[in-house]
Amino acid sequence: MATTDTVERVSALEAEKYRYGFSTDIEMDFAPKGLNEDIVRLISAKKEEPEWLLEWRLKAFALWQDMPEPGWQKPDVPQIDYQDVYYYAAPKKDGPKSLDEVDPKLLETYAKLGIPLKEQEVLAGVEGAPRVAVDAVFDSVSVATTYRKELESHGIVFCSISEAVKTHPDLVKKYLGSVVPYSDNKHACLNAAVFTDGSFVYIPKGVKCPMELSTYFRINAQETGQFERTLIIADEGSYVSYLEGCTAPMRDENQLHAAVVELITLDDAEIKYSTVQNWYPGDVNGKGGIFNFVTKRGACRGRNSKISWTQVETGSAITWKYPSCILQGDNSVGEFYSVAITNNCQQADTGTKMIHIGKNTRSRIISKGISAGRADQTYRGLVRVLPNASGARNFTQCDSLLIGDKCGAHTIPYIESRNPTAQLEHEATTSRISEDQLFYCLSRGIGEEEAVALIVNGFCKEVMQTLPMEFAVEAQKLIGISLEGSVG
Amino acid sequence: MSLLKIENLSATVGGTEILKGINLDIQPGEVHAIMGPNGSGKSTLSYVLAGRPGYEVTGGSVTYQGKNLLEMAPEERACEGVFLAFQYPVELPGVANTTFLKHALNARRKHQGEAELDALEFVKALRKKAKELNIPDDMLKRPVNVGFSGGEKKRNETLQMAILEPRMAILDETDSGLDIDALKLVSDGVNALRSADRSFLVITHYQRLLDYIVPDKVHVLSAGRIVKTGGKELAQELEKTGYAAYEDEAA
Repeated sequence: MATTDTVERVSALEAEKYRYGFSTDIEMDFAPKGLNEDIVRLISAKKEEPEWLLEWRLKAFALWQDMPEPGWQKPDVPQIDYQDVYYYAAPKKDGPKSLDEVDPKLLETYAKLGIPLKEQEVLAGVEGAPRVAVDAVFDSVSVATTYRKELESHGIVFCSISEAVKTHPDLVKKYLGSVVPYSDNKHACLNAAVFTDGSFVYIPKGVKCPMELSTYFRINAQETGQFERTLIIADEGSYVSYLEGCTAPMRDENQLHAAVVELITLDDAEIKYSTVQNWYPGDVNGKGGIFNFVTKRGACRGRNSKISWTQVETGSAITWKYPSCILQGDNSVGEFYSVAITNNCQQADTGTKMIHIGKNTRSRIISKGISAGRADQTYRGLVRVLPNASGARNFTQCDSLLIGDKCGAHTIPYIESRNPTAQLEHEATTSRISEDQLFYCLSRGIGEEEAVALIVNGFCKEVMQTLPMEFAVEAQKLIGISLEGSVG
Repeated sequence: MSLLKIENLSATVGGTEILKGINLDIQPGEVHAIMGPNGSGKSTLSYVLAGRPGYEVTGGSVTYQGKNLLEMAPEERACEGVFLAFQYPVELPGVANTTFLKHALNARRKHQGEAELDALEFVKALRKKAKELNIPDDMLKRPVNVGFSGGEKKRNETLQMAILEPRMAILDETDSGLDIDALKLVSDGVNALRSADRSFLVITHYQRLLDYIVPDKVHVLSAGRIVKTGGKELAQELEKTGYAAYEDEAA
């Protein structure tokens, strides 16, 4: 079992310490800084979008201007100067036709990140090798998509959302904003107005996607907010596993990221969505770092459908994120598995919402929070059972692990049941890494940082086991890297 | 040359002096037993040798393989071949026994300039040792010591010792909490590891363990000092007379 072989190569940690902290010098084609209706029109025009989409963006923009910032989260969010951000940035050349046409510097960047695109294709030829299709998002425009042909042979659509607007306008029009309406919250509203790229996936009826689909997001241009928009539709009886991984170069300015992810499952369909998030968290004093304000939501529209979120959140200065499930279809299932690590001055307010609408809907929430340094984190979750959701069930387990005595962990579960047949369970624990545990590891020759990584990976095991193999090893390493300097 | 030489060692825990001038000389291949009443400093001695934080050395020296042991960090001592089998082995929830052992062995190998074993090589080596010690496969997969019985915990310590192949093994009341069958199993495991270049310091309350792990020398520890040293027959004598005589002597 790969997930039990925890934190490989942790001894090489020193070399990896901010391994991802570099930026690539690629010429950017900037729109001017700031946000107004013209910028929204410019983005839409650059993308050659149809009229309906421009209208939708403009409605969002109009609403956004007067919309208040969310104020209920625990972290103090500094005032964001929205006029000091670029809303459109793209590599200068036109989109390359193949990997050979991709800017070599870009490929180099991915190589440093450990995801050499060229090798992905080579790997695919190897019998039995795990296959991962990558739709690489470099700043705002997709520059490379691999494996398209094999996916096409199954009728699967996996492309950038801008492309999907052109090639599959009916699907996009039908589902875009149907799970996260632009009026949902200020960050989602901004995203609707200015989203520049993201991924689109459509799995046709009865098709099990033959490989893990993967998108690596990467913020590169200085002061460029990222407004990704992802839309995944699993038609009746289909299945797809989607991986999202993020790293960012070291920056001094705070960078705003307001992504939206919408998932839709029809009858008997299943989507498994896994995220490993390692954006720059700021330095040890909290300077710099990404603001990660993400709206992720899935709708189990069909009977017996299932949406499973797994997230490993180690990065960002402030995380504001609640991947949720709306369980509309009878017998549908929602899952949320989360590991959140905050160290130094990081703040995270994360959790999930499970909205039970259909009969016999089930949800499961496993949240593992680790707080170290002076960091503070909150699990915030809502389990809501509506009157018609007879037989609904939920199990929630929230465990917090504290390292040191200057960090904080909070668990705020909201439970609302309006159906007497619902069964809801909630368990929560808070613990520390004990000196006994540390010394036991030391006395076996295992160094302190490796010991912490080992113990924390053990604490998170239940969640880590739900990650696809491709992600598990990387995620285990990340846990070690994220907690460096947290003891001693 | 001595493998481990302790000279006039004194140590405090939380400001209280527990060890008051210990002298001990262990040659390669020797098995020494330390016996003594509760509170005499037996466990403190084992923790001081392993480098546990909070156990402060206030005087004397410990030389291991010609080096100053007290200057080494706990993990360095382990990598240099010092092994402490815990009286109360610690639980590590979610950390598979196999994973833990692999990290420990590779830390030691790396320290010695040897290549780290990959997962496959390691599992092969582990299975072999486990089989020799009669340790079932499922114990290797379970999280370290979680839900283990007293006997399983002690056998697990023995397995760790077998994998890490220390030069100086310290067994802290390995017999505590064991029934006679478990005691035999654990003792067999320890005896299988006896060799000309591996030494043992066996800390125990009762003579019973020493029927199975027969020592070369027996020391009586009382109130932080070694008050008597003898051969294996000293243990039997103690079993008859008890520690009372020595407690008086120390006081």
